[in-house]
Amino acid sequence: MSTFILLTVTGLGLGAMYFLIASGLSLIYGLMGVLNFAHGAFLTVGAYAAWETSTHVGGGQGTKLLVGALAGLAAGTLLAALVELLLIRPLYRRPIEQVLVTVGLALVLGALVEAIWGFDARQFPVPSWLIDTTTIFGANIPNDRFLEIATATLVLIGLTAFLRYTRYGLIIRAGVENRAMVTALGIDVRRAFTLVFALGGLAAALAGVLSGVYFGAVDPGRGTSLLIFAFIVVVIGGFGSIGGTAVSAVVVGLIQQYANYYASSGLGDLAVVLLLAVVLLLKPEGLSPRVAH
Amino acid sequence: MIRVRSLGVPLLLLALLAVVPQLPLDIPVIFSGPLDSPGTLGLLALCLLFAGVALTYDLLFGFTGLLSFGHALYFALGVYLTTIALTQWEWSLWQAVAVTAIAGILVPLLLGAISLRVGGIAFAMVTLAFAQAGQVLVQKNPDQLTGGEEGLGLNSDPLPDFFVGVLNAKNLYWLALGYAVVVFLIVRYAVSSSPGHVWQAIRENERRVEVIGLRPFGFKLIAFVLASFLATIGGIVWLLVLGTGASPQVTTANFTLTLLVMVVIGGAGTRYGALLGGFLYTLLDQRLGALAGSSQVQDLPTVIRKPLSEPLFILGTLFILLVFFVPGGLAGLGRRLRVLRRSASLEGNR
Repeated sequence: MSTFILLTVTGLGLGAMYFLIASGLSLIYGLMGVLNFAHGAFLTVGAYAAWETSTHVGGGQGTKLLVGALAGLAAGTLLAALVELLLIRPLYRRPIEQVLVTVGLALVLGALVEAIWGFDARQFPVPSWLIDTTTIFGANIPNDRFLEIATATLVLIGLTAFLRYTRYGLIIRAGVENRAMVTALGIDVRRAFTLVFALGGLAAALAGVLSGVYFGAVDPGRGTSLLIFAFIVVVIGGFGSIGGTAVSAVVVGLIQQYANYYASSGLGDLAVVLLLAVVLLLKPEGLSPRVAH
Repeated sequence: MIRVRSLGVPLLLLALLAVVPQLPLDIPVIFSGPLDSPGTLGLLALCLLFAGVALTYDLLFGFTGLLSFGHALYFALGVYLTTIALTQWEWSLWQAVAVTAIAGILVPLLLGAISLRVGGIAFAMVTLAFAQAGQVLVQKNPDQLTGGEEGLGLNSDPLPDFFVGVLNAKNLYWLALGYAVVVFLIVRYAVSSSPGHVWQAIRENERRVEVIGLRPFGFKLIAFVLASFLATIGGIVWLLVLGTGASPQVTTANFTLTLLVMVVIGGAGTRYGALLGGFLYTLLDQRLGALAGSSQVQDLPTVIRKPLSEPLFILGTLFILLVFFVPGGLAGLGRRLRVLRRSASLEGNR
């Protein structure tokens, strides 16, 4: 039983990171039709910016992590906004080229990270209270899992509130549903594009920092490996749907953990791929319809 | 359009490529040794091989409009199944190749039938996921079969002598050239056959193909299986050309992305473009690393030197610039130059 609880909480922690990456991907695709391959690079850059900053800050591990995280989030947001303004916007109305540019950007940023910080993993500053465990129903659960789950939950609530109660949220939701109609009504959807990209970059960088805490280190391949599962989460959850993304992120994280433990290590990834195949065969449009809720 | 006129140039180019191993020419900067040296021949063989593999991807992406992110899976199938058969099961080369070729038809037939049930981005994601499953399988190293992250060394005993060793670099070069030529001829035939016309119609507008009364699924499956099969064979050739063994690098999503980059650099939907893109990309990828180690680059300040020492940084930047400023890739550039020249000569006549 205690193992099951540990697996569940760890799966939720993993799902939380998937959700942070996938929510941005899902909104960007839902609104703009751009499959953003550079999203993993936003994550990696955010994580490395956090690590780099933390090495220049004095104080305890907690201070280092906090200051580093803020710098990482700023870097991820800024990078994403710049990418949208400089690279995606000029290719408006050329969706294939937009995807290609993000592919090229993923390669460039990946190579740049390797050039600057090398291939080796870097130790992330993790305060000891995050490594300590809390006992719940006999299961010793590392505290960082709760941090991940809480952060993702806050982002989910914040994002949902933003989409539901603000004017920009309204424009984004309408844009996901029917972009041409929103444009026809005289609203410049393109301003929302930059915003969605920046938000996606922010969430991705957050996932990068949290993955640094979760794994205890950052390495150049982190973004790419998490991105593939985030893609799977987005497809299962249905493009453009935040709620669907959250549900499928949790499902994917849990299945991965359970299959890895109860079946055999490494089987979790295969189980997730199998799940994707089954979902696509039964419901090609994903678990929820294409509406940003 | 009848293109009898254009047959001369390719044949001349082919003849030139075929005699390269006999030419003791020295081309500085681009190649480190004379053309007939084993090192240069090995590099050229790799370039020709990837010219062919890029063309198999173009068959999917450029001609049929199927954006697959899992093409690496079928290339890796050729690499790994052949290596396992030769090294672990100690089969003869011909047995290994025959079984790999059969798998190269059956596996894409099954996976293609599943993934082609969805279109567009969902198709891209499913193929990516299947390729990811392949990568996981290789990493997981069941029964010590695949060698995991270390890769699997190739047992060269069952190989015929003329494919082994530095002295036979020539034969491997011709093998790679032969692969590129065969892929080219097959793609050329397939694209101009009647299913080939349907492929291009699907690329332009799938709905209209359905309205005409054809079912796109079968045609897309044929294209998928053909392209994947040719990629599997490409994997076998890659294994022979390198002669070292299977490496998990060929299973990664990045490997598929580089194929996409090759095709787009050359020009998607054009046969010569894809060949050229694959050739140039591989050449740059292999040689930029060496150039980065040269003294001119080493003297540059760190901020410039470090990114320059990463071939992917330069190639990725080049790729983005091409997407921005040269839609249609190098082939498109050539076409546009021809149009310009023609309009210039028309101006002159006027």
